[in-house]
Amino acid sequence: MNPNNYLYVASLLFTIGAVGVVVRRNAIVVFMCVELMLNAANLAFVTFSRINGNLDGQVTAFFTMVVAACEVVVGLAIIVTIYRSRRSASVDDASLLKR
Amino acid sequence: MNTSTSLVYLIALPLAGAAALLLGGRRTDKWGHLLATALSASSFAVGLYQLSAMLGRSTEQRAVTQKLFSWIAVGNFNIDAALLLDQLSICFVLLITGVGTLIHIYSISYMEHDENRRRFFAYLNLFIAAMLLLVLGNSYLNLYVGWEGVGLASYLLIGFWNQKPAYATASKKAFIMNRVGDMGLSFAIMIAFATLGTTTFAGIAEVAPQASKAALTAIGIMLLVAATGKSAQFPLQAWLGDAMAGPTPVSALIHAATMVTAGVYLIVRSHFIFDLAPTAQLLVVIVGAITLLLGALIGTAKDDIKKALAASTMSQIGYMVLGAGLGPAGYAFAIMHLLTHGFFKASMFLGAGSVMHGMNDEVNMRKFGNLRKFMPITFVTFALGYLAIIGVPPFAGFYSKDAIIETAFNAGGVKGVILGSVALLGAAITAFYMSRVMILTFTSKARWDDDAHPHESPALMWIPIAILAVGSVASGFLFTRGHALVNWLTPVVGEHTGEHEELLAPIVVSGLALLAVVIGVAIAVIKYQLAEVENVAPENVSGLTRFVRKDLGQDALNEALFMRPGIVLTEVAEQLDVKVIDGAVCGVANMAIGSGSTLRRTQTGFARSYAAFILIGAVALIAGIWVVTQ
Repeated sequence: MNPNNYLYVASLLFTIGAVGVVVRRNAIVVFMCVELMLNAANLAFVTFSRINGNLDGQVTAFFTMVVAACEVVVGLAIIVTIYRSRRSASVDDASLLKR
Repeated sequence: MNTSTSLVYLIALPLAGAAALLLGGRRTDKWGHLLATALSASSFAVGLYQLSAMLGRSTEQRAVTQKLFSWIAVGNFNIDAALLLDQLSICFVLLITGVGTLIHIYSISYMEHDENRRRFFAYLNLFIAAMLLLVLGNSYLNLYVGWEGVGLASYLLIGFWNQKPAYATASKKAFIMNRVGDMGLSFAIMIAFATLGTTTFAGIAEVAPQASKAALTAIGIMLLVAATGKSAQFPLQAWLGDAMAGPTPVSALIHAATMVTAGVYLIVRSHFIFDLAPTAQLLVVIVGAITLLLGALIGTAKDDIKKALAASTMSQIGYMVLGAGLGPAGYAFAIMHLLTHGFFKASMFLGAGSVMHGMNDEVNMRKFGNLRKFMPITFVTFALGYLAIIGVPPFAGFYSKDAIIETAFNAGGVKGVILGSVALLGAAITAFYMSRVMILTFTSKARWDDDAHPHESPALMWIPIAILAVGSVASGFLFTRGHALVNWLTPVVGEHTGEHEELLAPIVVSGLALLAVVIGVAIAVIKYQLAEVENVAPENVSGLTRFVRKDLGQDALNEALFMRPGIVLTEVAEQLDVKVIDGAVCGVANMAIGSGSTLRRTQTGFARSYAAFILIGAVALIAGIWVVTQ
């Protein structure tokens, strides 16, 4: 199978994730979209690894997964904390930094 | 050349007095004036000691120097702060400290009721120190320090009563016009250093004969500019009349006897330059001749007794400058007239102060009259000064002024005839306006204000006047006896070697001068003694009189030539500053503010919009890289 197809899927996933981050308000959904973008990047890494015939991209994908797992832990904790204090998971409500 | 270690005390004593009184503040109020007077007197004593030491040495050994410290030492450029006392400077030292001390004594009484008397004496001491430095410096650079110092002291003292805005303005006017002259002196020093490589008098005198004529002429003209500023000569004469805003002792000391004669000192001291630069020398003569007529004419129209005397000072210094411009033949006579003038003019100024003291500080001569009955001592001393200035033998002015008129006639050719006639005409006008002062103040009918109670001044005031009056009687005779002063100064200013081609015999010149004096006095007597004088200046006078009353338009001329263009220049510069320079600076600032407030709107605080920007940026970056690498 032509490896380019995997790249098309990866870029499609990345685009969906990016649009989700920009247009959705719910912090959980935004978070999931970020995960989507990370996984799109992982897919691209693996594909390039396959195309080039070495393992560098696969190793990087593992690193990305580890980092993503850590990020999920921290990010969810923050979202839960914000939800507890404000009764809302909307990212637009958390715009206090402007002031 | 001999060295001495005591020259510095001449300057250090009054300087210490000024420092003590200014730093000591109100604590020294009680005894400050006594300290200042004592220090001035001790400086005079040092001067007398130096004179006796000088007389004890042979003619070649008379000049002494003292190196104080190495002032500027850069590579082979060395300037020492050093003092030089020779036959010329000792005359000045004794005049400055002698007349200065008498005026200190006079001021103790004159300024008694002024709460700032201590400050006044501090400035007087400062002036004495600066003036001594001026005449004792061994180089133009050292002289320059004193030159600026006396300018400062003059400024401070003219504006001593600066609570009156007009007086403060007068002091600024004097200072600014003096700056113009000072600029000439600094240019002269720069040219001298650039072309001759030295600024000491001895050094320049040595190399001047080999120097280029153009350089010497340039130095000479610049020195003349300096002299016109300090000595109130044409065209920088306008400040002297207004300088009379200062207390009368100041007018006597600074603006009659000493500081204003510094220009004459400068020219005589620079004789080695002027002797080799005939063009500059001719300009000196012209300036002197113009000023002696100008000052005399202004003097005829002044009703303010001090301003009349100031105009007379201007005119008399014109005589000195004229004498100094006549070369070796005239230097000694210029100095002689300077010294005798120091006596009689200081005495008359102090006399004027005494009159003002008795007349509630009135200066308008039209409100005086018949004061001879009420102020006999002031009258007699003033009369002696008056006889001296108009040149009646055997008073001092006769000898010194006659010598200058005679030298002018003997200058040779048409020049001699013109200069001699100008000097004679000046003598006649001098006789007229001084008689006018004398008659209006002392002998004509009383025209006092109702509340005037004229009375004689206290002894502390009339004794100094009397001493100066004795000087104005005897000094001329003493200076000319056996050519005493001429012989005394010859080692410094050089001998007059030219042929004595006498246009007119001395006795004829004296006769003409006396005739001029008689004519002047007669006109004054007819106009003011025999006729009624009003106590306000008449209004229906000819245009010429009005022109003379306005000081021959000197202020109008300065205003039109310098002040108004200066104001325009300032306004243009201000507009340039506000519009162009400030405009550029503010423009940059406004641009930063404007772009900042526009960009600030993008800082919404919404995480999603930041994410969108990051996305757009990343896409743009990738697109850019793609475009470049394609």
